[in-house]
Amino acid sequence: MATTPGLERTETSAPTPRSHHARLNRQQAGAGWLFVLPMVVVLGIFLFLPVVMAAWVSVADWTGRGAPWGSNVSFVGGTNYAQVLGGQGLAGRDFGTSIRNNLYYVILVVPLQTALSLTLAFLVNKRALKGKGFYRTAFYFPSVTSSVAITVLWLFLFSASGAINAFLGLFAITGPNWFQDPRGIIHLILGGGDGPAALQQPVLFGISTWEWLAGPSVAMCAFILMAIFTTSGTFMLLFLAALQAIGEETEEAAMVDGANAWQRFRYVPLPMLRPTVFTVLTLGTIGTWQVFDQIYTGTRGGPAKTTLTPAYLSYDAAFVSQDWGRGAAIAFVLFGIIVIFTIIQRLVLGTGGIDRTTRRELRSARLIAQASIQAKGGGDVQA
Amino acid sequence: MPRITRAAAISLAAATLLTVTACSGGFSSESPTPITSESANKNPVTVLIGSSGDAETTSVKTAVAAWSAKSGIPAEVKVASDLTQQATQGFAGGKPDDLLYVSTDQFAGWAKNGSLEAYGDQLPNKSDFYPGLVSAFSYDGKFYCAPKDFSTLALVINTDMWSDAGLTDADVPTTWDQLEAVAKKLTKGKRVGLAFSPEIARVGVFMAQAGGGLLSADGKAQANAQPNVDALTYVQKLLKEGVAAFSSDLGAGWGGEAFGKKQAAMVIEGNWITGAMTSTYPSVKYTVAELPAGTQKGTLQFTNCWGIAADADNKAGALSLVEFLTTTEQQLTFAKDFGVMPSVKSAAEQYKTDNPTMVPFINGAEYAQNLPSMPGAADVLKDFNSQLTGLKYKDPKTILDSTQTNLQAIAG
Repeated sequence: MATTPGLERTETSAPTPRSHHARLNRQQAGAGWLFVLPMVVVLGIFLFLPVVMAAWVSVADWTGRGAPWGSNVSFVGGTNYAQVLGGQGLAGRDFGTSIRNNLYYVILVVPLQTALSLTLAFLVNKRALKGKGFYRTAFYFPSVTSSVAITVLWLFLFSASGAINAFLGLFAITGPNWFQDPRGIIHLILGGGDGPAALQQPVLFGISTWEWLAGPSVAMCAFILMAIFTTSGTFMLLFLAALQAIGEETEEAAMVDGANAWQRFRYVPLPMLRPTVFTVLTLGTIGTWQVFDQIYTGTRGGPAKTTLTPAYLSYDAAFVSQDWGRGAAIAFVLFGIIVIFTIIQRLVLGTGGIDRTTRRELRSARLIAQASIQAKGGGDVQA
Repeated sequence: MPRITRAAAISLAAATLLTVTACSGGFSSESPTPITSESANKNPVTVLIGSSGDAETTSVKTAVAAWSAKSGIPAEVKVASDLTQQATQGFAGGKPDDLLYVSTDQFAGWAKNGSLEAYGDQLPNKSDFYPGLVSAFSYDGKFYCAPKDFSTLALVINTDMWSDAGLTDADVPTTWDQLEAVAKKLTKGKRVGLAFSPEIARVGVFMAQAGGGLLSADGKAQANAQPNVDALTYVQKLLKEGVAAFSSDLGAGWGGEAFGKKQAAMVIEGNWITGAMTSTYPSVKYTVAELPAGTQKGTLQFTNCWGIAADADNKAGALSLVEFLTTTEQQLTFAKDFGVMPSVKSAAEQYKTDNPTMVPFINGAEYAQNLPSMPGAADVLKDFNSQLTGLKYKDPKTILDSTQTNLQAIAG
């Protein structure tokens, strides 16, 4: 009997049908599990299990020989985490440096790629644009190219005597030796040097204030440009899909209401794109915190560790330095950082991407609806 | 219903865990006993190498095939694209390759975690290896693995630029002052007199020449000792005068590239540069000289060893193969095929006769230093390298002080 939830509840209060329902549910659940079993096993072995293993390695003293659950591997508690987060010694400072580098990378890449992809989406969504298909393909192209290939291309473009510097040379600008230049751009703006003595003390993760304020190095800037170049195509596609779902009518309606071009962008489609903006920002943040392949193929953390990122440091600690516990601990700290950043974004943008005002309106609408239902039919159910 | 779900999920997870655990199996505890003939078997021997190119691959394959024909034990050579990672996966999985190249960077870590077999003392020709190389592959007082070959650094000079600057054979520098003087004469326009990459593996020669080095003779950290400060101060002076430059600042990947592209008239490089010159820059004429001395002669040496995995299927076979590969004759063949220097003293004379241009490199063996290689050393050296990039503008003492702190943490 298809009725409202309230009515169903009164009906199933009779004992016999309920147990029948329960049995049926159980059978269906069993069949359901059977059908998803292959996938659950595959995910269990290749996803869940490695995560559990890595978690164990991060609190154990496994040295990289034999299985990590062997009898000679013991629990060491938070030692590995303390080594990473304590800011003491080389391990701590390397982690601090990697967080500094990656933080600048995220702060610059995420807003810029979002803005660029949104702009591109609006441009290729225009009805008047000729050769839309060509532009959409062209903008999306970097996204389908392998990151290794693009990194190699970038190494050539940004080499000391590469195309970028040759282009800058046309304007009598001597370009930097991009991938070899460890100087932070904020330091460069401030005129370089060692900075005031007051800022030399380590403040967080063993890194001094002056070093925190270095800004991304010139080498990192080349990576930042690359990330924006390669990812904006993908996100353009997400925005484009959302824009097409909105349709043209709303813009026409805004036009009729006399909104100018800026207002027709700011107040009409942009609020409606909020869920997509949230998606793009979240995916962007996760992707940028996990940056690895560019670093691995491009610079391996150099020059002067200014392109060292937590993901690469984790690899380096485990596979190169044979310090598996530290490598796994870095991976979990990185996971924590990504979760925290995503939660912050959610809070700032509002839950589920719905505007706070909209939510308030929805809530009051729901309250009104409930009140009217109770007023009309509440008595009947009780009787 | 929710209870069923959770219970099912947990039991499934437990089942998977058990399955995988069972598959991976345990690994036997290591035994310090030597490889005996009783453990001899006919299991195939797998050899994992990181090759510098086709010449090396072919040469190693030929040698291994020759041993295989002689011993009747099948053997296979695998060329790794990322040797460290592939070896590490083998050790972790309990099924490593029997024999593999081990670099000094990785050696201590793998010796410490028991991945490598300490077979050095069983080698019949163990006293024939250069002592410096034996100490590079000793851990905890045990000689682990046979040095495969080695390299040293020397001064490589572009002969055309040399004579253009009016210099003769008599001007080849033997002191720091002379090096500075010829570098000045050879600097012309965008070209610098001397170039080397910004890393301890090149700049370290000056420390050795000043009588220093990162470690003292008894293995204690002494990064900020006065000779090292003097060495970096001297290098800084050359950089500031513009007569020397880091290869990276010239836009070159390494010294050899800067030299081949004629961006520098002299470079500090190892014997591998001769291969690159022949294949990539055949038109550049050069000569090799021993590095100038500071207060003493000094250079650095680099080496790899033939590591036998502790979990190998056929340790006796692998040991027999190592003996074959490190014989004087076989090492001279390798030297001829891909330009490495034999790790045994008995091959030196023949090598000098065969390769007269390489004499300065092999002469370096007498006074060459090893870089620190205890567990954690690679990270300390990497940190030092990252600071060296900025040597031109930084106080040498500050750089060395921070390296001293890092080094003390691992070396004491």
